Amino acid sequence: MTSFRRTTLGLGIALLALGLAAPILPKWALFLVTIAIAKGLVALGLLLLMRTGLVSFGQGLYFAAGAYAAGVGSQALHIGDAVPMVLLGGLVAAAVAAVLGLLLARYRAIFFAMLSLAFSMILYGLLVKTSELGSTDGFNVAARTVFGFPIASGLGRYGVYALAALCAFGAAVGLDRYLGSYLGRLAPAVRDNELRVEYMGASVRNVVHLNLVIAAAMAGVGGALTALAVGHIDPEMAYWTTSGEFVFVAILSGTTSVAAPFAGALLLELLRSFAYEHAPNTWQLVMGSAMLAVILFLPEGLWSIFRRRRRAAT
Amino acid sequence: MSSILESIGLTKTFGAVTAARDITLSIEEDTVVGLIGGNGAGKTTFLNLVTGYLKPTAGTVRFQGRDITGMAPRRITRLGICRSFQIPQVFDTLTAYENLLVGLGIVSMGRRAFVGSSLGTARPEAVADEMLERFHLREYRDEPVSVLPEGVRKLLDIAMALAVKPAILLLDEPTSGVSADEKFSLMDLVLGAIRADKVTVLFVEHDMDIVRRYTQRILAFYDGKVIADGDSATVLGNPEVRRLVVGEPAPEEAAPC
Repeated sequence: MTSFRRTTLGLGIALLALGLAAPILPKWALFLVTIAIAKGLVALGLLLLMRTGLVSFGQGLYFAAGAYAAGVGSQALHIGDAVPMVLLGGLVAAAVAAVLGLLLARYRAIFFAMLSLAFSMILYGLLVKTSELGSTDGFNVAARTVFGFPIASGLGRYGVYALAALCAFGAAVGLDRYLGSYLGRLAPAVRDNELRVEYMGASVRNVVHLNLVIAAAMAGVGGALTALAVGHIDPEMAYWTTSGEFVFVAILSGTTSVAAPFAGALLLELLRSFAYEHAPNTWQLVMGSAMLAVILFLPEGLWSIFRRRRRAAT
Repeated sequence: MSSILESIGLTKTFGAVTAARDITLSIEEDTVVGLIGGNGAGKTTFLNLVTGYLKPTAGTVRFQGRDITGMAPRRITRLGICRSFQIPQVFDTLTAYENLLVGLGIVSMGRRAFVGSSLGTARPEAVADEMLERFHLREYRDEPVSVLPEGVRKLLDIAMALAVKPAILLLDEPTSGVSADEKFSLMDLVLGAIRADKVTVLFVEHDMDIVRRYTQRILAFYDGKVIADGDSATVLGNPEVRRLVVGEPAPEEAAPC
């Protein structure tokens, strides 16, 4: 319980800091943080899957499903506010996972990873071929208001940024609470020993299925937020390299803390921005070296720096 | 005494191999029964059939009068049959305390489904600590179990099965992998902890000194069949059991080598 309170407090302070920083941050930084939070949400879902012992190479599927749901919601259903658009994104992604989970929850390890990748590439193929959704070009998405504030003026400029920060706070606190509950504690138990979980009276498949849906909902919200921040969506969101980037963030961050995926995503975005600026032709090399360094020196992810410090201090 | 667990004509074949042949037996409530037999006699197969891990080729398993043949292990657990494993099946990255909390948490989330558990409304955290105390595992409470010695893991495995207060507990070779001089103290501890809850126990064992000391009744298996069933002294004195299970050479077989 105390660890839950400490996490909530820490996340609350981070939320407050994001709020206070908003007026002094330049526009590009607001955008960068918003995107980092949106990707951090997808990586947060991956954290839950990794704790369950699964790595999905297809989170782009739910990311794109959430983004397209928000886009279609605004275009076809004429939803004008960003909040219901993001909610719709999360719900649609969760619904997709609820159906696909019937099959995915039966697989583990590399089979699970490849099947999730295959599903995401099927969506990519469908989106590319659907001219109503703009084929490879995609289409523009915009919200007129956020929480009722017009987005073009005044406080509305910070609307999507604020919405992203609140979503991240809610998702991180909620997931932390879930991981501490009896149901959430089954995730590492499933990873360690499925046979014993069944022999203790629980259904492993149901646990995996539920965690898939939760992770997908987070990816869907992240996708919808990305669509709103960028103002445009295209099939690349479902492409396997997008999914690979989420795995990159998840490994970079580690699974020790629910705050880590956001820190990891922010670091990735900063790293990419600077690498792109200073080494436009070899920026992938910089990214790869960073990944290698994390795997070699911090195998439990970035967050383990804090842990080591704490251990060394005591 | 009424019967809690019954097996009627239970048979399991794997291709040409018959691991269980027509096993018919009944376990009475509130007793401690030993199950003995050499390697490959079908002891673990019998536990796997009773707990639903294997589906029998023929025959029926009844628990408290109810047909449970072919049910999934998790459903059988909810009815009140729990088991421990010859090789401890624990959650390696969790602490001893968290290991206990997994099963207790599952029960507390679905008390209505767990008709066989007499856990009542006890708090899982309190029961977990009480179990650690009872099995003398307190000092390992917050250690990840991957670093614990095998004997401790073995105890934890049994504690996890007992923690949810089943009606019957099946122990698969509780003393295997434990050194000879620790066997009796381990069994004293385990059976003391179990009998405090008046749980029926069926335990598989191949150490004759252990079964002689702790059981009221013994079932002897050989080649997938029950070859003797009765009070401990009688079964251990049975010449067929002595020859096939205990391993005493019969006079006519002793010579050629």
